[in-house]
Amino acid sequence: MITEIIIAGFGGQGVLSMGKILAYSGLMDDKEVTWMPSYGPEQRGGTANVTVILSDERISSPVLDKYDIVVALNQQSLDKFAPKVKPGGVLIYDNNGIHTRPDRTDIKIYPIDAMGATLELGNSKAYNMVVMGTLLEAMEYKLPMENVVKGLKKSLPERHHHLIPLNEQAIEKGRTLIH
Amino acid sequence: MNLCDTMELEEIIREENKVYAVPELLDQSVHMHYCPGCSHGVVHKLISEVIAELGITDHTVGVSPVGCAVFAYNYIDVDWVEAAHGRAPAVATALNRLWPENVVFTYQGDGDMSAIGTAESIHAANRGENIVMVFVNNAIYGMTGGQMAPTTLIGQKTATTPYGRRVDLNGHPLEITNLMPLLDGTCYVTRQSVHTPAAARKTKACLKKAFENAIAKRGTSVVEVVATCNSGWKMSPEKANEWMAEHMFKVYPLGDLKDTTKEQ
Amino acid sequence: MKGNEAIAHAVIRYGADGYFGYPITPQSEVLETLEELMPWETTGMVVLQAESEVAAINMVYGGAASGKAVMTSSSSPGISLKQEGISYIAASELPALILNVSRGGPGLGTIQPSQADYFQATKGGGHGDYHLIVLAPSTVQEMVDFVGLGFDLAFKHRTPAMILADGVVGQMMEKVVLPEQKPRRTDEEVRKQCPWACNGRIGGRKRNIISSLELESSRMEVINERLQARYAEIERTETRWEEIGTKDADYLIVAFGSIARIATKAKELAAEKGIKVGIVRPITLWPFPTEAVAKAAEGKKGILVVELNAGQMIQDVRLAVHDKMPVEHFGRLGGIIPSPEEVLNALENKIVNPKSEA
Repeated sequence: MITEIIIAGFGGQGVLSMGKILAYSGLMDDKEVTWMPSYGPEQRGGTANVTVILSDERISSPVLDKYDIVVALNQQSLDKFAPKVKPGGVLIYDNNGIHTRPDRTDIKIYPIDAMGATLELGNSKAYNMVVMGTLLEAMEYKLPMENVVKGLKKSLPERHHHLIPLNEQAIEKGRTLIH
Repeated sequence: MNLCDTMELEEIIREENKVYAVPELLDQSVHMHYCPGCSHGVVHKLISEVIAELGITDHTVGVSPVGCAVFAYNYIDVDWVEAAHGRAPAVATALNRLWPENVVFTYQGDGDMSAIGTAESIHAANRGENIVMVFVNNAIYGMTGGQMAPTTLIGQKTATTPYGRRVDLNGHPLEITNLMPLLDGTCYVTRQSVHTPAAARKTKACLKKAFENAIAKRGTSVVEVVATCNSGWKMSPEKANEWMAEHMFKVYPLGDLKDTTKEQ
Repeated sequence: MKGNEAIAHAVIRYGADGYFGYPITPQSEVLETLEELMPWETTGMVVLQAESEVAAINMVYGGAASGKAVMTSSSSPGISLKQEGISYIAASELPALILNVSRGGPGLGTIQPSQADYFQATKGGGHGDYHLIVLAPSTVQEMVDFVGLGFDLAFKHRTPAMILADGVVGQMMEKVVLPEQKPRRTDEEVRKQCPWACNGRIGGRKRNIISSLELESSRMEVINERLQARYAEIERTETRWEEIGTKDADYLIVAFGSIARIATKAKELAAEKGIKVGIVRPITLWPFPTEAVAKAAEGKKGILVVELNAGQMIQDVRLAVHDKMPVEHFGRLGGIIPSPEEVLNALENKIVNPKSEA
């Protein structure tokens, strides 16, 4: 099985690090993974996106045009990537600040209030992990939580390891947003 | 009375009678390409003597420049790397960092040191690489046929300043050695000459100090030798020495510019 | 691990003696990671941020001249600055490793991925008749593996080797197995392996001189002939490539580096449409796998060469297959990476069902 994902949003929303944690979680679950960021000045405030592929087989292209799952965290990213969800695929987007909604009927669409959920948790830094929870829940491939925790440990610097329980909590919160 | 009338040749060539010898490190099997009267030969000789006297022949590596001294590797019997024009200090940086027990020196002309290799020279000195930079400044590009150097004097005629160097066209003579003491990486900066036996002896003492600094890893030592290029200047060797003393020393006065070993 | 970070780990584990570099996007992580890992504390490897790319390559020249295993890395504009030094290293018959994580040009260009330095890398790059051994990684694992391979080939043939990567493999993360830590050679071992090197006349040996200068034309010709004989030997023995499904294919795609992976995905998409495509991925760009391409092309209806440039490797492909079949180019420029779908479209429009010229 292969899962092809793109996560897109503003720089500073934790897009790249969310992709990194996802990639490391897949790695801990013994998958082949690629993590391919857009890079450059756009990291500092403009739009950022990262393509993550999780697969049982050797991965060919790390760069794609169609995705199983698109996570869009602003209007610009939603406009750009909603048409690129494969038929039958999944589109997750954060409701906040969205004025033009996608009208596709051949895919599953999950508008979520990730910002609201994050505020309920009381730590705005957990935003990307809330979104990650939704993503993990929506994925057909069920990544075991223990490997997600291992992925968190692997990708976070040690000085941030005390935040892992908060991150777990945020992921669990995110999982509930699509039910 | 002629000595030879009373002494056999074997009696003359004896250690106790010896007043001068070609340094053992100066390779006698090759013919030097320098013009008669050129200062490079003297500087080569002094470096050869210093290396031999310090007993560092087997772990000294020289870096030769592009310019008249490009063939220095043919004359002084140590390992040599020939650098691209201006890059000798970068080459020497790696040679010394990768072999910290070795003594590494560059031999650079005015083009190498103060034109194309200004960045490398300044930065190697600023990093305080434990190397010796020998800078032979004859205010002209000899190898390529006598064009202007950054150190060419105002009014001096060269192939590219046929009417004399003009400030408005060519800028000022670059006294690069004066910049070196400002850099914290340098431990010893001096400007000397080799136009008289006394001057050559003094330069030798300076070179020795510089090599000792490299051995002791005190930082970068820069020894400028204000030199003649009688061919490029179109003068007799004797006249060139006079011209240098009269004109060059005004712009490039001789003496130590920095010596941290004295302060200690 | 990111490709650029992997390079830093690999060079330390290879037991390299020195790295000299200057920051430039998209490869600065190489120097950053090395500084963070502090190999001088463990293996004794020297790491130095030089004042310029020019200085860095000349430090590599000096290090290589002393027999040490040294490398530099940069990206396209910086690699242009290094060309003089690379020419000297090749002419002086010295082993060294140069990494180019190439970006779109010309000029300052973009920081996004590109393969527009193919000509520069494979045809010499600097002045004079010389070649680099050029390795093109398509995965982070190959970034790691080619550090060891590049050094080994450089020392075996006494010639500089280049890893020609692009921003995709430099910036992407994927699974990678790092090699075991090899010890650095001792000074005695360096002297034994490289009796030609300039590191002091220990034991009173004859002096060594590393120089590329020879004013006597007849002797310079001999030096050139020696270099050319070496290049012929490298062409004979070191050509490397990968083929995917070329046997049963009707069409070929030839692509290198990260783009070969996009082409492989396009091949999978093509198979769903019943179009049988094989991939030839040159791993050594010089020596180019001319015979392998010619052989794989036998009986094929056409070849698409996919590159992130305006058409560079296509010249070597055409030299390999002559005019036996249509050879067309598809490339994106300026740092744009084509999607697998775009590659498939190009294959269909240019090779499978070419529109007749009106």
